[in-house]
Amino acid sequence: MSAPQLLAGPDPSRGSERRAEHVARLGPLPKGGHALIELLVRTGLTGRGGAGFPVGLKWRAVAAASHGSAVVIANGAEGEPHSRKDRLLMTSRPHLILDGAMLAAASVNAKQVVLYIGEEHHAAMRSMSGALTERTEHERRMVRIVAAPPRYVAGDSSATVHLVDAGIATPTTTPPSPRDRGVGGAATLVQNVETLAHVAVIARTGIATDTVLITVAGGVRAPGVFEVNVGTPLGGAVQLAGGASEPVRAVLVGGYFGQWVEPAEAWSLPLDPHALRARGLSLGCGVIGLVPASHCAVCEVAGIMRYLASESSAQCGPCFFGLRALADACTRIAERGTDPGDLQRLQRWSAEVQGRGACKHPDGVVMFLQSAMKTFGDDFAHHPAHIRRSA
Amino acid sequence: MTKQFELVVDRIKCDGRGLCAEILPERIRLDSWGYPIVAPGPIPEHLMGLAARAVDDCPVLAIALRRAQVQKQRPK
Repeated sequence: MSAPQLLAGPDPSRGSERRAEHVARLGPLPKGGHALIELLVRTGLTGRGGAGFPVGLKWRAVAAASHGSAVVIANGAEGEPHSRKDRLLMTSRPHLILDGAMLAAASVNAKQVVLYIGEEHHAAMRSMSGALTERTEHERRMVRIVAAPPRYVAGDSSATVHLVDAGIATPTTTPPSPRDRGVGGAATLVQNVETLAHVAVIARTGIATDTVLITVAGGVRAPGVFEVNVGTPLGGAVQLAGGASEPVRAVLVGGYFGQWVEPAEAWSLPLDPHALRARGLSLGCGVIGLVPASHCAVCEVAGIMRYLASESSAQCGPCFFGLRALADACTRIAERGTDPGDLQRLQRWSAEVQGRGACKHPDGVVMFLQSAMKTFGDDFAHHPAHIRRSA
Repeated sequence: MTKQFELVVDRIKCDGRGLCAEILPERIRLDSWGYPIVAPGPIPEHLMGLAARAVDDCPVLAIALRRAQVQKQRPK
């Protein structure tokens, strides 16, 4: 296993790395610009916020629409409930993120940088604002910090723009995409903080980074964030987290908008955005969740469905009413036992909700549910009535 | 070739009043909660009048006609 690239240097648990140490370790900040964009295109770096969009292509599009007044938003909202990697990076390597944001600003010709940080991520907020005081006056003038509310949809790129512009962290109708018309009408690059940290390393070395930050959560002995080589088997990341604490029923790969995988298949899965995509899976935001065999899968799914339905921003009818109906049907099956009518309704409503929101929230939830019903098909088909409530 | 149009719904503006589905049931049906599901693709010529009425009569201005996407990719 090769050395870590983002978390190299002092132990991340020691907190925020000072700028002097950061520069001594990595050298000065190289120049951003057209050449860096083309380098990012060649390295094939993809976004680490969840959607996995090719970074170089996004920068190209924003640079083309910029007219010298673009805006860069470093997205550290980290609204995914089990994800911790963005917070770990913000609290331990703030200058790597600021370097990436500055390189982005220089490359897409931006005059403003917004650090978009979850308002409950206090340590991350302290670390990033502390690091900012160590930067040049020019940089300090460019950068401001905006606190994002702790909502699942607050990290959606159109929601980040909406909050910066209007103080409301809800998604807006696209098109226009933030890339074309974002903050104040200017072309806006919204990029996850881990992605920006990768850029800061790539700009210095000239070659692709080959690591990814993974949060291992659920039924493991030592849950946490690990930087692993791209292509590491999923089982390897679980070993780093101390191994499974009890027999595993299933693994959720990629967070709540990810896919359920049976353990037998999961352990050998390569943690590689491109390889997972080729298998119809997604690394998403890098969360690997283990559900123990002692838990009722249907009750777990119902609990997550209720959470995701409650996280709808209640703007689009099919999402607000549809997700609630889906969550209620799952909960009925969990509490009162399987009803063939509910199973049919889950299928019908899923199809009705798919693709019918301004943002991708309903699509992500439907994908999660479809995957759950495939992996836990027998559990859904023969679920007994529970008196116990799952949440 | 004549211009082709398709109907698009602004999901955030849409309140599920359902007038559009009453005016143009050939292309618009309502989901389980009363929100419109629009058939994909360009509107046939003989329905353009009704499509325009569905757009004009929406009380929250949530539905619009726009040039069909296929049109963009074809050179004139």
